[in-house]
Amino acid sequence: MDNTGIIFRRELANYFSTPLAYIFIVIFLVMNGIFTFDLGAFYVRSQADLQPFFNFHPWLYLFMIPALAMGLWADERKTGTIELLLTLPIRLGEAVVGKFLAAWVLSGIALLLTFPIWITVNYLGNPDNGVIFAGYLGSWLMAGGFLAIGSGMSAITRNPVIAFILTVAICFLFVATGSEIVLGAFSSWAPQILVDAIAALSFLSHFDSISKGVLDLRDILFFVIFILCWLLATAIIIELKKAN
Amino acid sequence: MIEIDHITKKFEHFTAVDDLSFKVSEGEVLGFLGPNGAGKSTTMKIITGFLAATSGTVKVDGHDIASNPMAVKSLIGYLPEGAPSYGEMTTLDFLGFIAEIRGYRGAEKKRRIEHAVNEVALGEVCYKTIETLSKGFKRRVGLAQAIIHDPKVLILDEPTDGLDPNQKHHVRELIKNLSKDKIVIISTHILEEVSAVCTRAIIIAHGKIVADGTPAELESRSPKGQLEDYFRSVTHEPVPRAQEQV
Repeated sequence: MDNTGIIFRRELANYFSTPLAYIFIVIFLVMNGIFTFDLGAFYVRSQADLQPFFNFHPWLYLFMIPALAMGLWADERKTGTIELLLTLPIRLGEAVVGKFLAAWVLSGIALLLTFPIWITVNYLGNPDNGVIFAGYLGSWLMAGGFLAIGSGMSAITRNPVIAFILTVAICFLFVATGSEIVLGAFSSWAPQILVDAIAALSFLSHFDSISKGVLDLRDILFFVIFILCWLLATAIIIELKKAN
Repeated sequence: MIEIDHITKKFEHFTAVDDLSFKVSEGEVLGFLGPNGAGKSTTMKIITGFLAATSGTVKVDGHDIASNPMAVKSLIGYLPEGAPSYGEMTTLDFLGFIAEIRGYRGAEKKRRIEHAVNEVALGEVCYKTIETLSKGFKRRVGLAQAIIHDPKVLILDEPTDGLDPNQKHHVRELIKNLSKDKIVIISTHILEEVSAVCTRAIIIAHGKIVADGTPAELESRSPKGQLEDYFRSVTHEPVPRAQEQV
């Protein structure tokens, strides 16, 4: 566990020693502002909640998170540092988890910095802050899910751009399976159990219920297990592709 | 003691290391020679635990790399080919990271870093980011991270590649000073380096050992007493056989 912490700190410090962390945070905040106030009609709705804010998160993450994740392993491979890292006395799992956590915490920092929106809604009305807390938690868990996919895709290639495109594609799959369009296309012919299974794999359905304040353990477990599975996949991919 | 016992490494289309066996004892500085693609780097990657051998075993101080990789990796200091390091970090931060992974904290960590910095003369670039350094300095940063824990086994893949003659001399002196009770394995293309620092040389070609002896012995096997001539005579490929391989 000690090594996980050391790797985590190195990675996180690295984000902030390059412009990456700042660019990520600034763009994330700007986009959130546009989505919430402009497209989300935050004021026009005149409801004291942050639904318009959270509703756009899956689509915002779809492009932001793969950009954060694409370098995780592809850069190590490209610069050859993967050989340095994996011949140090650490376990592969410690490196995989440490790197993932650093990126996840960065996305968490960006998310926390949206607090002016929370202040705004509290200033204008009396929102249910429990629901808002659940929304933040759900959003962060979902970011973790996206990141874990990105970690796996980044391990596949030495080219971060390829990792980015693959991650966007797979993340889109896991978001879109919950949308009306996809489910509608299936529900006309497929048995209900299959439609439910597809919907159950979607980030949207799990995130929606959490962000509406329904803190169901199953939704939280979904994201936790999803992340663990993709991190395991990352480790397996690295192990298999070391030689290339 | 490093015991390499019948290791073979097969990639999809070729065999990089073909049933290689040798032992290296404390105090030996082994020069690992061979043409490009002979399997030098692959062998080093197997000993350091980066790649797993297709078959065969590697033991370092009695620990098997396959079953006890952590013990082996703690004993080894490794400079991979091209001396990769995290370019965005400063020299000190990078060495600090390696020292922490090696288990040093506080004053001991500081002492280890200072020692490594002095040993390879990195003082003037301590606070510079590694990506801004010259090739020679980058190589020395790679050496510094390899010796930071005073490892029992030092494996250096082309440690003097890209260095100027003064730097080369410095690195060779460093290796000579290190090696009293250690095991050092160096891969190199520079044959004079072998005579200068190594107590033993192994020449490999196509993943097999074609010569093993002291540099002086190998030199004496060539009519002119030149290591270079001997190297060429044992690694030279007649053209028909090369075609067969393709």
